[in-house]
Amino acid sequence: MALSRRGLMAAAASAPVLMRASDAMAQGVAPRRGGTLQMMLTPEPPVLQIGVNQQGPTLAAAPKMFQGLLTFSKTLEPLPLLAKSWTISPDGKEYVFSLQENVKWHDGQPFTAEDVVFSIMKFHMELAPRARAIFQLIETCEARDPHMVRIVLKQPFQPFLLMFDATAAAMVPKHLFDGRDYRTAPAVQRPVGTGPFRFTEWQRGNFVRMDRFDDYWKPGQPYLDSIIYRIIPDSQSRRLALESGQVLLSQSSDIEPFDIPQLRQRPNLEVSTDGWQYFSPLSWIEINHRVAPLNDPRVRRAMSMAIDRNFIVNRLWFGVGKPATNPVASTTRFHDANAKIAAFNVRAANELLDAAGFPRNAQGVRFTLKHIPLPYGEIWTRLSEYLRQAMRNVGIALELESTDAGSWARRVGNWEYETTINFVYQFGDPTLGVERTYVSTNIQKVTFTNTGGYANPRVDELFQQARAAAAAADRQRAFSEVQKILVEDVPQIWLMELAFPTIHDKKVRNVITTGLGVHTSFDDVFIAG
Amino acid sequence: MELSRLPGFLLRRGIKAVIVILAIVVCNFLLIHAAPGDPASVIAGQSGAADERFLQQLREQFGLDKPFHVQLWIYLKGVLTLDLGFSHRQQQPVWTLISERLPATLLLTGAAFVLAVAAGVTLGTLAARRVGRWTDSVITVIALTFYATPLFWVGLMLVLFFSVWLEWLPSFGMATVGVELHGIEAVLDVAKHLILPAATLGLFYLAVYARLTRATMLEVADQDFVKTARAKGVPEGQVVRRHVLRNALLPVITFAGIQAGQLIGGSILVETVFAWPGIGRLAFDALLARDYAVLLGVFFCTSVMVVAFNLLTDLLYAVVDPRVEVQG
Repeated sequence: MALSRRGLMAAAASAPVLMRASDAMAQGVAPRRGGTLQMMLTPEPPVLQIGVNQQGPTLAAAPKMFQGLLTFSKTLEPLPLLAKSWTISPDGKEYVFSLQENVKWHDGQPFTAEDVVFSIMKFHMELAPRARAIFQLIETCEARDPHMVRIVLKQPFQPFLLMFDATAAAMVPKHLFDGRDYRTAPAVQRPVGTGPFRFTEWQRGNFVRMDRFDDYWKPGQPYLDSIIYRIIPDSQSRRLALESGQVLLSQSSDIEPFDIPQLRQRPNLEVSTDGWQYFSPLSWIEINHRVAPLNDPRVRRAMSMAIDRNFIVNRLWFGVGKPATNPVASTTRFHDANAKIAAFNVRAANELLDAAGFPRNAQGVRFTLKHIPLPYGEIWTRLSEYLRQAMRNVGIALELESTDAGSWARRVGNWEYETTINFVYQFGDPTLGVERTYVSTNIQKVTFTNTGGYANPRVDELFQQARAAAAAADRQRAFSEVQKILVEDVPQIWLMELAFPTIHDKKVRNVITTGLGVHTSFDDVFIAG
Repeated sequence: MELSRLPGFLLRRGIKAVIVILAIVVCNFLLIHAAPGDPASVIAGQSGAADERFLQQLREQFGLDKPFHVQLWIYLKGVLTLDLGFSHRQQQPVWTLISERLPATLLLTGAAFVLAVAAGVTLGTLAARRVGRWTDSVITVIALTFYATPLFWVGLMLVLFFSVWLEWLPSFGMATVGVELHGIEAVLDVAKHLILPAATLGLFYLAVYARLTRATMLEVADQDFVKTARAKGVPEGQVVRRHVLRNALLPVITFAGIQAGQLIGGSILVETVFAWPGIGRLAFDALLARDYAVLLGVFFCTSVMVVAFNLLTDLLYAVVDPRVEVQG
C-alpha cells in the first residue's frame, strides 16, 4: 500500500465501492430484494459479540451485524465503510477519519465519534490481545465533532489502517457497554451493531437468525430479508445440506477438502477460494527449537526438502490453496518472490542429514520425533500421515500422538511438544501476522506467539526496522532481507498458503467482493430470481 | 407389594441416591479437571492471537485462579442448592443451557425408546410364537443386522435413501427454519424431522428387545405353569399374553431401565449426524471446549436420570411380578 496523503484518499477510496455495486449489473443481473440466505456456522461459537469472542465462526458471522471503519479490497487497499474518508499526515502519525452520517445502531441510537473512541480505546483495548498490541501505540484518540475522529500515534505505524476492519476492531455501542463488565453485559447475548442485519434469534445447537435492519445507512440495502446460519456438526451432513439446496452457501472448513472434487462437478454450485487475502493463513510444521536435533538448521532444512508440497496441495487439499514458498504468504504485503525455500529433493535431504552427522541405524532410522496432528478435522490427520511417510523417506521416524483441541492448545502454549501442525493468519502485513512467530521478544507460553523458541538477533533487528519505518520502501527492504534469512534458517517448516473454499449456489450473487471474502456485511449480496 | 412399606423404601433409597449422586459429582469434577487444557487455553487457541494478560483475565473470570479444593467446594455448594453454575464461555447459566436443549433430547430418545420397546417386544413375541418358521427367520435376521451395524452408518444410509434418493424426509435439523409454521403443521414438521434420527437411535434397541423377548418367551413357554394353563383350556392368545409374555417381560424391563437411564446421554452420535439440537451435543461441545460447568451439569442430570430410573425399574418389577418385594 502506498502511503496515502491528506485529501487524496477520500476521492480515490470511493471508486471501488461504486465498482462493487455495479459488479452484478455488469453480469446483466439487477440486485433483487428479498429472500433468506441459509448458510452454516462451524463450529458453533459461544457468543457472537465480536471482541468478546474472536473465533473464526464469529469473525464470519458477526460482520453481518457489526462494522469497522474500513474494509479491504483483494489487493488489501482500504475501502470506506463507517469512515467515509480519512487522511494521514505526512509524518504518518496523525489519522483523521470522517464518519458516515445517518448511521444508526440497531436499537435506534445514532452512531457517533464517541462510539469510535470507546470501541478503540476501551472495548478492544481491554478485550482483544491483537488490537491491544497495536492500539497501545495510540497517544491520543479524540472525537473532534460527532462525525470526526482524530488519532495521533506515538510513532509512525504503517499497517495501522489494517486494524480497522470489522474483524480486527468492530465498532460497538458505547451506550450499551460503557461502565459495565464488557464480557457479561446484556448486549453480549443480544448483539447491537450498525450492520445491515440485526440479531433476532439464536437457538443453540440449531440456528442463528438475523433479519434485515430497515434503518441501515446504505439506501436500498441490504437486499436479503434474512440470514440464517444452521449449526450442523457432522461434515457429511453439511455436504448433504449443501447438495440438497437446504443451505445455499458453505464457508471456511464447513466442507472437507476431499469432498470438493465432487462438489465442483455440480452445475449449480460455484467453488471459489478467493477472499482470504486479508487473513492469508499459512500452515507449517511447528518446530520446538528446544528439542534436539531440531535446533540444528541443517535438520530443519532437510525435513523441509523431504516434503512434496505439490502433493499436499493437489492430493490432500485437491487444489485448494498453494504451496508455501516462504514465511510471508504471497497474498500478504511485502511478500518477496525471490526468497524461496529449497525445492523438494529427497536425495539432497538425505545427504544433508548424513553430513550433519545423523546416520541411519539398522532399521534405517536416524532419529525419532513426536508429532501432534492438528485436531481440527480429518484433513489435518491425513496431512500428518503424509508427513510421517515423507519423513520416513529421509530416515526420520515421526510418531503421531492424537489429541483434542483443548490439549493441543495447552501443549503448544506450554511448549510441551516436539513437532505439530499450526496455521496462523497474517492479517495483511508481516508486522501484524508474521513477526510474532519469529522474534525472540515474543517467546511466550501462549499459543500463536513464538512458541517454537526461535531466536536470531538479526531477524529481531530486521522485524523491528520494518515495524518502525514509515516508508513502504524501507519496510520492503527489511522484509526482503528477513525473508532471505528465514528461508535458509527454516525456523518453521512452511507447508501451504491455505485457502478455504466458499461454495455457493450460483443464484447467490456478490458473495466475494473484497479481500475479506465471507467475513463482510453481505449488504450487497442477493439471491437472483 | 405392600403399600405400607413403600414410604420407608423410598426414603432409604432417596438417601442412598443423594450420596451416590454426590460421589458421582466429586468424581466427575476430579476427572474433568484431570484432562489437559483449560477453557482459557482453548479460547486462546481458537482466537488466533493471545497474550498473557488475556489468559489471566479469562482464568480470573472463570474462577480458575482459585485453589483446586476451593473450586470443588464452590461447585459442591452450588449443586446442593440445585445451582449448576454459570458457563463463562457462553455467558449463560448452565441450567438455562441444559433446559433449552433437554426437550429436544427427550423427544428424540423418548420416541426412540417407545419405538424400540413397542416394536421390539411385538416382533420378539411374534418370532417366539412362530419359532422355526420363516417369520421367525426374517425377524431374527433383521434383528441381528440392526444389532451388529454401527449406529452412524445406519444413520447415513437412512439419510442417503430417504433424503437424498427419495427426497421424502429432511436430512438434518429438528424443524424447518425460516418459515412460520403453526399448530398441526408445526407438529407434523417436527415429526418429519424426527423419523430418521429416532429410527436410527431406536433400531439397535429394537433388535435387543426383539432378541431378548424371543429368547425368554421360548424359555417360559416350556415351563409347567404354561402347560397347565393350556391343559385347562385357556385360549392360546390369553396364554401368550397373561402367562408367557408377562413372565418373559422381567429381563426386558431390566434392560429398558438401563436404556431409560441413558436417555439423556446416549444420543451424541445421532444428534451429531442429524444436527439435532440436543443435550448430547451440548455435552460433547462442552468437553472439547473444556466448558467444565456445562459438562458437569450434563453429567449431573444424567446421573440423576440413571438413579431415578433404577428406582423406577425396581418398583416396576414388583408391579409386574408380585413375588418380587421392595427392599431398601
